[in-house]
Parts: sequence; C-alpha cells; structure tokens
Amino acid sequence: MIVADRKSLEEILTMVKDNKKILIAGCKGCVTVCNVGGLKEVEILASSMKIARKKQGTHIDIDINVLERQCDNEYVAGVSDIIGNYDAVISLACGVGPQFLSEMYPDQTFYPGVNTTFFGGATQHGVWEERCAGCGTCAINNFGGLCPIARCAKSLMNGPCGGSSNGACEINKDTVCIWDVIVRKKMDAGKLEDLIGVRGIKNWRTARDGGPRRSIREELVQGNI
Amino acid sequence: MSELKSGSNLEKVLKAGHFAFTGECGPPKGANVTHLKEKFQYLKGNVDAVNMTDNQTAVVRMSSLAGSVLMIEEGLEPNFQMVCRDRNRLAIMSDILGAYALGIRNMLCLSGDHQTFGNHPEAKNVHDIDSMQLIALVKKMRDEGKFMNDEDIDVPPKMFIGAACNPFADPYEYRVYRLANKITAGADFIQTQCIFNMEKFRDFMKKAVDMGLHEKCYILAGVTPMKNAGMANFMSRFVPGMDIPDSLIKRLKSVDKKDQAEEGIRFALEQVEEFKEMEGVAGVHMMAIEWEHRVPEIAERAKVLPRPVL
Amino acid sequence: MRLSYPADIKVIQVPCTGRVDILHLLNAIEDGADGVYVAGCLEGECHYIEGNLKARRKVEYVKKTLTELGIEPERVEMYNLSSAQGARFAEIASEMVGKIRELGPTPVKSTHAA
Repeated sequence: MIVADRKSLEEILTMVKDNKKILIAGCKGCVTVCNVGGLKEVEILASSMKIARKKQGTHIDIDINVLERQCDNEYVAGVSDIIGNYDAVISLACGVGPQFLSEMYPDQTFYPGVNTTFFGGATQHGVWEERCAGCGTCAINNFGGLCPIARCAKSLMNGPCGGSSNGACEINKDTVCIWDVIVRKKMDAGKLEDLIGVRGIKNWRTARDGGPRRSIREELVQGNI
Repeated sequence: MSELKSGSNLEKVLKAGHFAFTGECGPPKGANVTHLKEKFQYLKGNVDAVNMTDNQTAVVRMSSLAGSVLMIEEGLEPNFQMVCRDRNRLAIMSDILGAYALGIRNMLCLSGDHQTFGNHPEAKNVHDIDSMQLIALVKKMRDEGKFMNDEDIDVPPKMFIGAACNPFADPYEYRVYRLANKITAGADFIQTQCIFNMEKFRDFMKKAVDMGLHEKCYILAGVTPMKNAGMANFMSRFVPGMDIPDSLIKRLKSVDKKDQAEEGIRFALEQVEEFKEMEGVAGVHMMAIEWEHRVPEIAERAKVLPRPVL
Repeated sequence: MRLSYPADIKVIQVPCTGRVDILHLLNAIEDGADGVYVAGCLEGECHYIEGNLKARRKVEYVKKTLTELGIEPERVEMYNLSSAQGARFAEIASEMVGKIRELGPTPVKSTHAA
C-alpha cells in the first residue's frame, strides 16, 4: 500500500490560518489502513484543530467527509454538492487524493494533510517499511525476491557495498543491508552462482526518470468487461 | 597483459613486476590551489600514482577531475577517483572523456559514501549505475571504443581501471566473490580499504590467491598510518566498514601520547614489510589522511624508494 | 465509608477504560474541560486483559497532541486504582483538582470570537 505520515498540527494549522470554514477529507484506501487518513484520524485532526483555534480565540467550523477513495473520479465526484461550501479543504489522502480533487474542483483550495512517504507494508503493528520503488521493471526474482532498488540506500544492482556491517546499512544501524540478506539467502540455498558476474545496467525509462507515467488497458478504456 | 592498456606509470610499474606504492590526496574544500600543490610536493617522487578523491565521505570539495589535472601540471600521476553517487551515465561518460583528454590515465571506480554522511545530507543521490557497472563501462569505452549505447567513440579513452575492495565489510564470505566480480567486470587493479586486521586480511588474500584472482588483477593493500589512539577509536566507531582490532588501539595507547604517531607509523611499516612478502599483493596504497607531509619519511622507512622510472 | 471528593469532577462511567477513546479526551478539552483523567484498574488486573494499558497509551497520545498545541499536557492524566480503593479514589480526585487549580482555567475558550 501507499504509506504516509500526518503533517504536524503546526504545519496544518498554518496552512488554513486565515480560513473560517474548512472540510477535512479522509480516504478509505491505503491511508485508512496505515492509520493516517481514515475516519478516526480525520476526527482526531478536526478536534485537535478546533482546540487550537479556540485557544487562539479564532473560531473555525470544521466538517468531515471520508471518501471511499480519493484516487477515483467517481468517488471524488461524490462531494460535488458540498465542496463549494468551504474556504479550504485538507485532504488526508496520499498525494494522489488532493490532486484528483484539485483537478475536479479547480476553484477550491486543497491542502495536503499528510506527507506521502513510500510503497510498503506494516512489519509490525505501528511500523511500516518501504518495499517497492515503483521503478516500472520488476526484477526481484533475480535477488531472492527482495528489491535492492528500493531497499539498498544506493540502489546497487551488484551489492553489497563496503559499508555493510553486521547486516546493517552504513547509513543507519536500524536499516537492514538488503544485500546482506540477499547474499546470505543465496548462499544458504547453495545458489551463489546467481551472484557471480556483472548484472547489466538498468533501464530507468520505465521509472520516474522517463517522465510521468501512464498505464493504459485498452479493453477497459472501451468500457467495463 | 602483453600490451599496455593505458600506458600509465602505475600500469608500467605493476606490469614490470615492481612492488607498487601509491598515495592519496584529498582536494581542498575550496579553490585553494596553493595548498594543494604543497601537498603534491610531499608525494612527488615518493609514489607511483596519487589517488585524487571524489567528494570523499560525501563532503563537497574541488572536483577530482580538476584536482587530477592540477596534479598532472605538477608532474605527478593522478588516479582519478569517480563515484556513482553524484553523476548519471551521461555525466560519467563525458567526465571520462574529459579526463582522458586532459591526460588522466588511471581511474578508480567507486559507488561513493552515502550523502547522509556528508555536509549536504539533503542532497538527491544519483546511482544511475553502480561501481560494478562503472568498471564495465570504462572497459567497454576503452576496449570496444563504444559508449554505453553502443555508439562509436571518436578516440576512446584508454584508462587503467581501478576498483576498491573492502575485505572487512559483511558478509565476509561473499567479499572475495565480489572482488572476483569486479575483476570480471574489467578491473585492472584493486586498492583495498585500509587494513588494520592483518589476520583477517591474510585469510582473505589466501582465498583470493586460491581463486587465482591475483593473476588476473593487481591487488594493492590499503594502509593508513594512525596518528594516535583517538583516531583509531574514532575510525573504529564511526567509519563504516572499518575493522580495527582492539590490540592495535591498545598498542597505540600503551605509549605516551606524543609517541603515538611514531607507533602508528611503525605499525604501518610492519604492514608494508609483510605485504611485500604476501602472495598476491602487488603493492601498497598508502592513505596518509591529511598527513601528506609524512609520506616522504614513510616511503623512505618503508624502503620503497627510489620509485622506478619507466 | 463516607468519603468526600471535590464537586468539580463530573464522573463518566465506562465498562472498562479500554472503551475510552482519544476522541473522548480531545472532545472534553475541546468543549472546555480544564482537565480530564482516566481512572482505570490496576495494571495487570484488567478484566479485559489490557483495556487499562490501552487507555494509558491513548492518554499519552492526547498529552502529545496538547503539547503540540501549546497546552499543558498535565491537563490529561491516567490513574490506576482498584474498585476497592475508595479512599484512593477520593485522594486522586483531590490531587487532580489541585493540579488543575494550579494550572488555572483551560486556555481553550468556548466563547466565539466575532
């Protein structure tokens, strides 16, 4: 899923400091699963902001609405009747959400309430880790099912570098050296030969480097099947 | 290795079977050419080639390419270091061409320390290709006369290709295979990370010799003389991939503070003596970090002078 | 036992402090309470195993939020006592009220600024 962290209250409050009536829009997709932008978090943010504004003596009206998904126009269209009622809207969806909203409602101002961080998953309750860099050319099968592009700090294709120490990356003792894991996995499986030789140069055109990407499925473009 | 690949002095020295002795010099944090040239004078005539580091530890300094050219002007031979952290394949290839055009004949291909260590930790890193692929690229440009995209190069750069090797990083059992991969990729010579744990290095070299790697490539053992016990402690704790045995720290601490530098040099000299005899070791890479002025004395006492003139 | 405790406190009963939500605490502050505290069972003695431990984590979360907003985190507290400790209940009530009196009225004013 897409993982995000909520922005600080200070940053969010500064964004809407001049507004008197706002909407906080949550999303029932990834950000609900990573506990940052679902109904609960929307309510908590609304209450926290009201406390701040009361303390300041500047009243604010806050409504909340949690969209099924902010990355689908059919759900984004669902708030068309109310979106004009507010001075501004804070979206707690990933970076995709406030853009879909901005594109559909060009006259409204949408603020991102979260920092979208990575594609990953929860390794334990409350801890999320990056697993995918969305490079557009998946080859994890070559690396014991583990991705060095996303998980090596230097995206090395022929690692591990000289900074690998006791299974940890040189940048941080809490960061796993994924190449250490890959090498040990191959060695344990008796498949060291998979790591002999030079792995070719990566084509980054399928990654963000090739420009903003688009995925087209012709049979669906023509209608539901 | 019948014909010379690059014609660099380092290549000639190694090919002639001499025990090579290379040095290292960090470019200034600024455009202070005067100071840089002073440092060159300590190295001139005492080493076969001098590594010009490339934003080492991710701290911004004068470019290694410019530093290398200044070195040539002063009559020394540079070993131009290049990291993959700061350049994409376009910049890498154009810098290689530029380096060759300006007289550079040795190159050391590196991944580069992560930028979070340096003085611009907010930087975006590149890592379009990795050090292994960089080695293969320099070899392709030299031997096939082609760019990465297979287009022909009008006057290919003939570089003597160097690579780094850290036998003290993990996973240890894999390190010798990674070295083999670098040689397969095209490394002509290897400069190892600073060696302090001699026992581990002996074991590593035995493995490398058993695989015949020393016959395909020149392996230069990395030596850094310790200035004092504090430096040893610091490197042990904060420099990634360093293996500094407690026995060495103890040895440095066992003498008076004012004598610790001498003790550090003595240990380095003992290392050089052992490397001269060690099977598979073709030379020493002396990294006297910010201690260039001690290199003449170290070279003298290491009995590696005069350097061969070929 | 006829123990008295300050009349400043409004008691809201819940089946277990595990039922207390971050929002309950925030809403109380938002609506002008000078302080809120949760009185849960002794740690390790929750009938629902860890309801009181979860309540403590929620209290901690709200304390963090208040700190971010420049409000004294001491306005929200967690206490643990058993249902047999009537005297302790009264003592905690007095302690909390005393602490809040020291802090003074909430900075969260319910009067609307025009």
